[in-house]
Amino acid sequence: MADNGTGSAVRGEAGPVLSVAGLSKSYSDVAAVEGVSFEVHCREVVGLLGPNGAGKTTTINMILGVLSPTAGSVLIGGIDLARQRSHALAHANFSAVYAPLPGNLTVAQNLRFFGLVYGIPALARRVGELLRQFDLERLRDTKCGLLSSGEQTRVALAKAVLNRPRLLLLDEPTASLDPAAAQTIRARIRNLALDTGCGILWTSHNMYEVEEVCDRVLFLSHGRILLEGDPRRLPGEHGAATLEELFIRLAREPLAEPLQRAG
Amino acid sequence: MRVKPIAAILLRQFYLIRSSPVRALPMFAWVAMDIVVWGFITRYLNSMAAGRFNYVPSLLGAVLMWDFFTRIMQGVSTAFLEDVWSRNFLNLFATPLTISEYILGLVLTSVGTSAVGLIVMLALATALFGLSFFSLGALLVPFLLVLFSFGIALGVLASALVLRLGPASEWLVWPLPALLSPFVGVFYPLATLPLWMQDIGHLLPPSYVFEGMRAILAGETFSAGSLAVCAAIAVLDIMLAAYFFTRVFRYAIRTGLLARYSAESAA
Repeated sequence: MADNGTGSAVRGEAGPVLSVAGLSKSYSDVAAVEGVSFEVHCREVVGLLGPNGAGKTTTINMILGVLSPTAGSVLIGGIDLARQRSHALAHANFSAVYAPLPGNLTVAQNLRFFGLVYGIPALARRVGELLRQFDLERLRDTKCGLLSSGEQTRVALAKAVLNRPRLLLLDEPTASLDPAAAQTIRARIRNLALDTGCGILWTSHNMYEVEEVCDRVLFLSHGRILLEGDPRRLPGEHGAATLEELFIRLAREPLAEPLQRAG
Repeated sequence: MRVKPIAAILLRQFYLIRSSPVRALPMFAWVAMDIVVWGFITRYLNSMAAGRFNYVPSLLGAVLMWDFFTRIMQGVSTAFLEDVWSRNFLNLFATPLTISEYILGLVLTSVGTSAVGLIVMLALATALFGLSFFSLGALLVPFLLVLFSFGIALGVLASALVLRLGPASEWLVWPLPALLSPFVGVFYPLATLPLWMQDIGHLLPPSYVFEGMRAILAGETFSAGSLAVCAAIAVLDIMLAAYFFTRVFRYAIRTGLLARYSAESAA
């Protein structure tokens, strides 16, 4: 996506497709996510970064409605997930490396199945479009369990855009892909945001990828957002040479509270 | 409740069964074997009884109805287990799909798979062993409906147990009908049982069906009151099972069990 500073240009186009406010999740007395608030806007790619166990997947699971928050709210396209779960989730979709599509169904069967679940009109035509768009036509009758990692990622992305979501959640979409395949996938996702106008929340441990794709990043550590800003400016603003260096520093020694908000 | 998501659950099971003989075979193979084995047992018993009693309708009819109930129950739970085995919960429940749509999809899947088993059983029992199922008269329909309803309730309950206790608990699903069978008097009157077992039996709708079946075959009447009681219990059981599944689902959402379900340790 084009460099647009802090993302204010894209924010101005429409209201937030995702609005998270004071989101918290505790297990007994352990806080996995604590008071997380942020927004994702139309055509914006927001990177959710943080070390393992920082609370990224917990946050995504709460946005997807498969984990209920201890406190806080999630609005998808302005619809309250807690009150209108089904209606809100109709405007979202996701792809995660740890949630492969059923391997015992073929590519086309999986797309038809999830297309019906989302209630897609003219489903056969939509499935055909996606098979072409993601270069899956020759694999349409292959069981998903037999596909390579790159092919599975393409199928998962095709499923993730079936319902033309306003909000797309991508949890490490390029994990386990070779650099060439990862670059192709990144380009596809970037184009998706531009072409469809959806907002994307993206997690990754690849800082090069984050700089290339994301308009804005949120650094999450110990369940809290430590920093927020443009991935191309943040390193300089915090005395780091690269985003990776900043990531490593934050992961090992989180910034003090007053400095966090300054980012 | 929307039609398309319910159709999706059905379509997925259709794809799985169509592509896998291993899934298609159990729909009719085991019940067919049951009918053949029990058919010959009844034939042998009839020869011993020397015309004094016809075991075909009472024994073979009971086997057929019990197998129908078992197939209904397993039809629901097996369709649910397909999502457990393919670790599909995250994909499935991060969608607009509601719990009632999901459960109804499982139920309709079971209707389809158990109908195949029922047709095979009826064909074999009638053609090979001369069972005339219609000797039960008009009560055949409510009897089957009661067994169907209780099978659905037990299947939903079993699915809820697997969701709550984790994938390894699937072994609980298979023996559930066998655990109930002594209490419902499939082959003997409830009066044969000790009182405490009779009390449990009276809470289980199939008890009324098998008691009624024996009464009709003996030329006695089966009261409309008993039929109403067992139908009411069956409906109540479905409601309780659906409530239990919903409670377990909410627990799984609250505790993170659903999100990390594929990990055995979650249990």
